Amino acid sequence: MQDHLYNFLLYLGDNALILGHRLSEWCGHGPVLEQDMALTNIALDLVGQSRNIFQLAAKMQGEGATEDTLAYLRDATAYKNILLVEQKNGDFAKTILRQFFYDAFNYPCYQRLMQSSNKDIAAFAEKSMKEITYHLKWSSEWVIRLGDGTEESLRRINEALEDLWPYTGEMFKYADFEIAMTESGVFPDAAGIEAEWEQEVKNIFAQAGLELPEKAWMHDGGKHGRHSEHLGYILAEMQFLQRAYPGQKW
Amino acid sequence: MEKNLEEIFQAKIDREEKIEPKDWMPDAYRKTLVRQISQHAHSEIIGMLPEGNWITRAPTLRRKVALMAKVQDEAGHGLYLYSAAETLGVDRVELFEQLNSGKAKYSSIFNYPTLSWADIGSVGWLVDGAAIMNQVPLCRCSYGPYARAMVRVCKEESFHQRQGFEILLNLSKGSQAQKDMLQESVNRWWWPAMMMFGPADGDSPNTQQSMKWKIKRFTNDDLRQKFVDVAYEQAKVLNVTLPDPDIKWNEERGHYDYGVINWDEFWNVVKGNGPCNKERLAARNKAWDEGQWVREAALAHAEKRANRKSKKVA
Ligand SMILES: [Fe+2]
Ligand SMILES: [Fe+2]
Repeated sequence: MQDHLYNFLLYLGDNALILGHRLSEWCGHGPVLEQDMALTNIALDLVGQSRNIFQLAAKMQGEGATEDTLAYLRDATAYKNILLVEQKNGDFAKTILRQFFYDAFNYPCYQRLMQSSNKDIAAFAEKSMKEITYHLKWSSEWVIRLGDGTEESLRRINEALEDLWPYTGEMFKYADFEIAMTESGVFPDAAGIEAEWEQEVKNIFAQAGLELPEKAWMHDGGKHGRHSEHLGYILAEMQFLQRAYPGQKW
Repeated sequence: MEKNLEEIFQAKIDREEKIEPKDWMPDAYRKTLVRQISQHAHSEIIGMLPEGNWITRAPTLRRKVALMAKVQDEAGHGLYLYSAAETLGVDRVELFEQLNSGKAKYSSIFNYPTLSWADIGSVGWLVDGAAIMNQVPLCRCSYGPYARAMVRVCKEESFHQRQGFEILLNLSKGSQAQKDMLQESVNRWWWPAMMMFGPADGDSPNTQQSMKWKIKRFTNDDLRQKFVDVAYEQAKVLNVTLPDPDIKWNEERGHYDYGVINWDEFWNVVKGNGPCNKERLAARNKAWDEGQWVREAALAHAEKRANRKSKKVA
């Protein structure tokens, strides 16, 4: 049971950290100053959330674990994030759609976590909800803008959709630790999330003039540590200093 | 008539009253301000690149968050400053195009690379430190919108400087490898930071006019001296040597003397021959060009929405 809770925390933290890291790659390179700042804002929120969760996980683990040992000293196979969040930024359309798919999923997740039987998680979810609500609003608006913008923006977001759609199924393919958390009330009513996600995606796509793709083959494995090739590079970069100078304070 | 206006204008400045966008001002004053404010704005935006270079490699999550927030602040500074420039009748897109084409200048310091984590500390300590020396007096600049923008900028810059110093202080208490990283970084950043105050007073022909207009309050050399005096004491706390064998206390002047600046290097970097000039401009051009379709899409969507709304009303 404790193992499941620990893995569940890592899963939440890894999703936030890896997506935050990806978004931070935009910093200084955004299409317009205001959106550069918005992307960094969301990156800041997500990395901040990962710190909160890792602190909880580190407390559970003891043995000198900290938010940083969890982020910097685990290799890719120990990371549990979904494959969606480690996908490359691509162009702005791909970043936006990846964000929207994640936000539309994360929002109902955290709504449930606010009702968690675990008080620490409930408090953390409550604290994060304002940020997550803003993220969903921001990414939804951009999906609509790009879908209902120019021919080029429509083409680009459709290309992104083709790339990213096969990564959406993994969100709802619950791992053993999620099932255990649902049963124990830590993550109540997880089963309802998929329908809410689909509803939200349909609603925004309708406004954007986008079509929901057919159900198709879906990639998975992230929750079990089987990642795409991208994660190794993310970690190589992220962990460089901690690996090159082990045990130092920064 | 013109003469009279100019006298009223100068009298206002002499009384320390602010000039506001709608007030009459000499063309040369307007031009000087547009050039200075837009160069300053460009520096904030270009400055995001060397600092952002370490976001994905920051050694702890706390450092990562702090660095992201800092680089984001710089974007905010750019925004305030472009807005201040816009009050003088230029627009942001025009200014961006000047930057991207290489026509507009920005602070040369950002043409130097960030090669180690210690550089993030050095940029904070020395570069933000020098920027503060330059910028605090600008909070009292005669042009209202610029002065007000600088009040906000300076508050954040002093936070950046403390943050950078703290990164270095940490290294100074760390392993030998970390201490070496710190010293190596300070060796590279010291002289470029000294150059941030611009040419020596004798070679800075616009200073007198700018001071008369109270755009500038101190000369380049005055500010540079202030910087040396403060930085020398701080270097002691960090246990680092400044790479200038000629720095020593001058009892008579009540200041530290310092060695000769390599102006050849300075002018070369200004002319585009610094280690990263090409990369910085290329990165800005890439972001701007690749953002073109995004900006167009946002505009097109806004128009469609407005049309739909007006149709509904009709
Ligand atoms: Fe700044
Ligand atoms: Fe700064």
